Amino acid sequence: MKYMMLICSDDSVVLSPKERAEIPAATEAWVQEMDSSGIRLLGDQLRPPNDATTVRVRNAQVLLADGPFAETKEQIAGFDIIECEDLDQALDVAAKHPVARFGLIEVRPFWQ
Amino acid sequence: MTDDVRAAVADAFTAEWGKVVATLIGMTSDWDLAEECAQDAFAQALKAWPRDGVPQKPGAWLTTVARNRALDRLRRSASESAKLQQAVLLTPPQDPAGADMETEDIPDERLRLIFTCCHPALPLEARVALTLRTLAGLTTAEIARAFLTAEPTRAKRLVRAKQKIRNAGIPYRVPPAHLLPERTSGVLGVLYLLFNEGYTATAGSNLVRHDLCAEAIRLARALAGLMPDEPEAKALLALMLFHHSRRVSRVNKSGDVITLEDQDRSLWDQGEISEGVRLLEAAARREQRGPYLVQAAIAQCHATAATAADTNWGLIADLYDLLAELIPSDVVRLNWAVAVGMAHGPAAGLERVDALAATGALDGYYLLPATRADLLRRIGRNDEAAESYRRALDLAVNEAERRYLAGRLEEMSSATGDEAADGNRSTG
Repeated sequence: MKYMMLICSDDSVVLSPKERAEIPAATEAWVQEMDSSGIRLLGDQLRPPNDATTVRVRNAQVLLADGPFAETKEQIAGFDIIECEDLDQALDVAAKHPVARFGLIEVRPFWQ
Repeated sequence: MTDDVRAAVADAFTAEWGKVVATLIGMTSDWDLAEECAQDAFAQALKAWPRDGVPQKPGAWLTTVARNRALDRLRRSASESAKLQQAVLLTPPQDPAGADMETEDIPDERLRLIFTCCHPALPLEARVALTLRTLAGLTTAEIARAFLTAEPTRAKRLVRAKQKIRNAGIPYRVPPAHLLPERTSGVLGVLYLLFNEGYTATAGSNLVRHDLCAEAIRLARALAGLMPDEPEAKALLALMLFHHSRRVSRVNKSGDVITLEDQDRSLWDQGEISEGVRLLEAAARREQRGPYLVQAAIAQCHATAATAADTNWGLIADLYDLLAELIPSDVVRLNWAVAVGMAHGPAAGLERVDALAATGALDGYYLLPATRADLLRRIGRNDEAAESYRRALDLAVNEAERRYLAGRLEEMSSATGDEAADGNRSTG
């Protein structure tokens, strides 16, 4: 089954400079492990919500807004698409992601 | 239909429903279909058994009928995926009255079912409802009544939970070794919650709902049988039995709570107590000291004390101390304070309760002021006791427990009144 992992940061959690410095290498290690086992199909980091633009079309008018569609403490910082046997495996994979230790990860199954 | 046959069908329902559903889910991966076919099989039994007699192995008969029914429906349904059909069609239909039915033992797949129902990715309420529906065979109406919720709400939640199992890919299996301890404690937690929901109804006027307790015990018994190497499963069953042995003596005719101290111990169910003792003995043979083992050991101290005065409070206090290490919970610490109060005097207990109250962790929990009130009452500080009973009364929800607290409060007020009157006399 395919799952989308939404990697979210939690602004209410404050990290020490040392913890912050460790994230890139830990994430890289996770990516390598999941790529080599064929679980991770695709993934990337996203620019912060400040750089987002929200698009709506109403009455044939394109309406644009600066920023994300919802202001929340948790911000989507990246995503990974993974192919797993079942939800248990997907949850294991998500729990191993370094961001899970201070942010949160939403695991969503693909429609099909 | 004779009463004998009717009783045989009812017994088969209690004993076999979960097994039939578990087997059918394993075969079709379709929870709704599994339930419907199980229902059909029991309806069929009501027709066939009076005519043909009760089969030697009712479970095998029912499973075969349900399986044939599922095969039938899947063959006819064009919308089912080819893969599913293939899996099912490999199984040839069988004659439930055939000779093989009398000898064949159908493997019990309920363990897979219970672990799936209690999967932590499902909301807790749904785990409880799914377990009651698929394993115990309660209807959504019965589940709704047991939890005092509206039936459509319950039904909707069940539908959503089954959808999530399918759409999110929750596996239908007993978890692998690395997940097993955590998931097992999740299953035990759901069963204990079910029991407690029956034992102390969180809302409403009846303190004990026996049906839920009986279902929880039945499920715990099944689990202990299916996991013979899991001491916590045995311990949970023992714990439930110790509590349940007191169900009659625990409330009076008007539904009021009778404290352990004041209960008529001759009403305690000795059969359940001795079964609990045996189970706990077997569970304690393992090295593992889990939270249910310790809780059952505490319950055993109460259940086996001939009189309230014979209760080994020193041992109970030590066990609560151990339990607080296993489950760091303020409620456990409160119970520990109560046991210390019984073992070493109310002042020693009050000291611990006050220390706990100072942390603010149990603010809003009625048993904190209720416990404090009982200790103050035993010390003889009636004014303060009355104040604490009043605070507990503000927080308590269950009506039977509220009546108990109100009774104690009245006792305190009249005792305080007497003292005041005495004081007046002496000054007058």
